[in-house]
Amino acid sequence: MTTATDTSVTSASLPMTKALNAGLRQALLDDPKVILMGEDIGPLGGVFRVTEGLIAEFGDKRVLDTPLAESGIIGTAIGLAMRGFRPVCEIQFDGFVFPGFDQITSQLARMRNRHEGGILMPVVIRIPYGGHIGSVEHHQESPEAYFAHTPGLRVVSPSNPHDAYWMMQEAIKSDDPVIFFEPKSRYWPKGEVRFAESGTPLHSSRVVRAGTDVTVVGHGAMVSVLLQAAELAAAEGISLEVIDLRSISPIDYGPLLHSVQQTGRLIVAQEAPGFVSVGSEIAATVAERAFYTLHAPVLRVSGFDTPFPPAAVETHFLPSPDRVLEAVDRALAY
Amino acid sequence: MSATRNDATAPARVAPTPPARPAAPVAASAPFGLDQAETCVQMISPAGVFQPNAAAEEFLPYLDRLTEADHRRFYRDMVVVRKFDTEAANLQRQGQLALWVPSHGQEAAQVGSAYATKPQDHVFPSYREHVVGMIRGLDVVDILRMLRGVTLGGWVPEEHGNFHLYTLVLASQTLHATGYAMGMQLDGATATGDPETDQAVIVYYGDGASSQGDANEALVFAASYQAPQVFFLQNNQWAISVPVARQSRTPLYKRAGGFGMPGTQVDGNDVLASYAVTAKSLDDARAGRGPSLIEALTYRIGAHTTADDPTKYRDSDELAYWVARDPILRFRNYLQGLGIDAQFLKDVDEEAADFAADTRRRALDIIGPEQSVIFDNVYAEPHPLMAEQKAWLERYEASFDEGAS
Repeated sequence: MTTATDTSVTSASLPMTKALNAGLRQALLDDPKVILMGEDIGPLGGVFRVTEGLIAEFGDKRVLDTPLAESGIIGTAIGLAMRGFRPVCEIQFDGFVFPGFDQITSQLARMRNRHEGGILMPVVIRIPYGGHIGSVEHHQESPEAYFAHTPGLRVVSPSNPHDAYWMMQEAIKSDDPVIFFEPKSRYWPKGEVRFAESGTPLHSSRVVRAGTDVTVVGHGAMVSVLLQAAELAAAEGISLEVIDLRSISPIDYGPLLHSVQQTGRLIVAQEAPGFVSVGSEIAATVAERAFYTLHAPVLRVSGFDTPFPPAAVETHFLPSPDRVLEAVDRALAY
Repeated sequence: MSATRNDATAPARVAPTPPARPAAPVAASAPFGLDQAETCVQMISPAGVFQPNAAAEEFLPYLDRLTEADHRRFYRDMVVVRKFDTEAANLQRQGQLALWVPSHGQEAAQVGSAYATKPQDHVFPSYREHVVGMIRGLDVVDILRMLRGVTLGGWVPEEHGNFHLYTLVLASQTLHATGYAMGMQLDGATATGDPETDQAVIVYYGDGASSQGDANEALVFAASYQAPQVFFLQNNQWAISVPVARQSRTPLYKRAGGFGMPGTQVDGNDVLASYAVTAKSLDDARAGRGPSLIEALTYRIGAHTTADDPTKYRDSDELAYWVARDPILRFRNYLQGLGIDAQFLKDVDEEAADFAADTRRRALDIIGPEQSVIFDNVYAEPHPLMAEQKAWLERYEASFDEGAS
């Protein structure tokens, strides 16, 4: 095992995997009812090593290596939550969540409502998601819209190690089920994690780069694409305001609407297919709430409406900084 | 147009069809072969005579726990719930319930197993275990509230004998039960050696649900963690219109062995056998000896639900066979053989009629809910869409009132 991250210091430069690990560890320390469940999360530390060292520190009553059955993981987590535990389930890859989809959407999401508020369902489901890692089928998908469409769930996705550390702890403290999407292409780049600075509220979006001409919004790995696009645009004299959504359900429209009131133009970017997507929802809501401030239609930059393609052509499928800038040009042409 | 690989019109490239095997009989055993099965635990013969078979031997000591008062309660509850069941079906026919799920025929399996639970145990029903709920302390009108469309669930388990909500998606509850049982272990609330406080879980499901992935995953998880859980499978022979032979080519209790746990088949129309087998399984679970599966052979005398018509798929000989093995009649004959007073039997019939009439009155008095239930419990913590949409609906509906005034 590796040594646990020292969180008594003010800050550290960590990859997101280590930041998540530190967040999970803090949650395990803070609340004896927090337990981790999933496939290969014990001695191996998960296929992405996010849970590395935790079974050694907390034991196999807090970190449960489970049989390989996603519906079983979610279904038993529901029973454990009924018993007063706060399970944090790891789904190994985005495309493997679907065997557990029924338990998530028909049971987990509705359990509190069915009990007329008589119980809590504090279950977190961690899902590594998204492309850019050159992997095989079912390993690069972005299924967040399915969950955002399901009443009773909360859906979030951090874009950087600092948020990952804090959002994980916030998600575990939530008394509602939270689907926690981890952008796996951002697992390894390091970023500063400020341990003393408590996080912003879980369901708040945030301006991560101020600008004046066009607002661009995204979540997870897309935020770094948007920041790259903003750099390129700046070189051409175009100022992009970049918003990190952070929470996909509910969506915090405050910073978004405020920004659009300044810029009058909005681009929504996502790796997921655009049809009936989170981007579609944002476009519709901004059109409803900020119609008279818009100078151009809200434009979406998305994956295509196809299955995730073979990895050899994934760069043609995934939105790139250039595809974002192409949309920026179209928005500015109105 | 070129033929694609899955075009049915493309030339076949497969070898000639091998000679067909003779068709296997539909039922794995004789279709109504309950009485003949030597492996099936039975205490009371269909005629009502106490005649434990060889399979029953190891379970006999559990009957010593029962007093005559218990026997009377078993009988009373079976008669009461059947009358209630009939009344609830009538309510549905009269448009007072959206649906009713009859339990007629399964009373012995349910009453026997329910009395084997202890107060500290948790019970996860499917959706037909009305009398189990009654025995655990649930007001059956709470079940009617759900089927009248007033709630989606209707009770808090911890306040009603640890009897959890009905689950309408087949077998989903088997996993919730397993997780709950795992939680008992993690809490140190089981296997301490004190049978009066050690806890266990019993989950009810059926022959149809046994084909679901979740039922099988629950067996895997329960066995893997040695969870204190009893899987009580009521094999009522029919999953709506599909016979059990379509679910399984092996007797369902035998599946337990493949998951690494004991499996027992019991005559589910024999209330004493159902009690004894469940008492042993729950004792084992509470004592840390792991999970087990019970297959209770019984029969759904009525329809799957009031939306069903079993005459379209079931044969009347089969129904007659099972009606002759009615669990209530059998236990009544048994009690009469023991010399039970006729007045008791008469009193129970009157009590059942009163209970059903009272239930009907109270069912018709069910009110609510407030429209705010649409929003109020979807999330535990504040959610902007709930707040916005609830306020919008109130404003929208109030606008009509303003127009009228």
